[in-house]
Amino acid sequence: MDVKTGLFYLFAAVLLFAAFRVITSRNPVYAALYLVLAFFQASAIWLLLRAEFLAISLVLVYVGAVMVLFLFVVMMLDIDVDGLREGFWKHFPLAAGIGALIALEMAAVLMGGFRLGEGPRAMATTSPNSSNTLELGKLLYSEYLYPLEIAAVILLVAIIAAIALTLRTRKDSKYVNPSDQVRVKARDRVRIVQMPVTRAAEPVVEAPAADAAAKENKA
Amino acid sequence: MTLTLGHFLSLGAMLFALSVIGIFLNRKNLIVLLMAIELMLLAVNMNFVAFSHYLGDMHGQIFVFFILTVAAAESAIGLALLVLLFRNKSNINVDELNSLKG
Repeated sequence: MDVKTGLFYLFAAVLLFAAFRVITSRNPVYAALYLVLAFFQASAIWLLLRAEFLAISLVLVYVGAVMVLFLFVVMMLDIDVDGLREGFWKHFPLAAGIGALIALEMAAVLMGGFRLGEGPRAMATTSPNSSNTLELGKLLYSEYLYPLEIAAVILLVAIIAAIALTLRTRKDSKYVNPSDQVRVKARDRVRIVQMPVTRAAEPVVEAPAADAAAKENKA
Repeated sequence: MTLTLGHFLSLGAMLFALSVIGIFLNRKNLIVLLMAIELMLLAVNMNFVAFSHYLGDMHGQIFVFFILTVAAAESAIGLALLVLLFRNKSNINVDELNSLKG
């Protein structure tokens, strides 16, 4: 048993344990964190298979983006975990039966169908020195250019859909509608009021004050 | 004892079976259902990469690339729907999603 096989068994064991904890853990936060562990192990196994670009992009896309989104949503929502766990063990016999059935079917296919020779075949197009990323890029930007653009459109649709679904206007926040703000006219803001012309003020009679001052002078 | 294609296909099969069991066990919790779907896609991707390596064909890895794209879009929209659901019903129990029943 060489080093590569030992590493494969290590990564596979941790991957299966993490997957088991994802589906059985009580707290969804732990489930998300174990899913991160599972993605890391799968990425390591893909490195053993010499798919370096996909291994790195699995870590970047899944652990960096998707699982952070999962953790964010799980922590944002106040979930009643115990209510959701009701009937967890009630479904266990059915689940175990279906799982065993799927495992048996796949084992039958594996035992019967695939008798490939030992060891990997060399890539048809690769020279020993070329990198995985280079080969992937050559195919992706020549033969698969049109599907690549469709994938870009799918991502754009996903962005717009996610924002449009979760966007809401808060009722307690004050804001100005920019459309109304731009289209406003001067007569909406300034009101010209017609008022009667005021007459000139009549001269104020200051007789008592003048009298008092005169009296003080005399005194 | 060297690694063969069977090792990787068995690992993918076990991972897929585990995630199917997870879907049956957590049939009320929408978040764990989404996580189990992600695990299933990972198992399928594992098979694609293993076949690509052992058959010497690069096209399998291209397919994994597109599956990653679609899975990212799917989980983003799924989580947006989940947030919307929680905002309207205050829980994410799958059994209570019956307002279309009439």
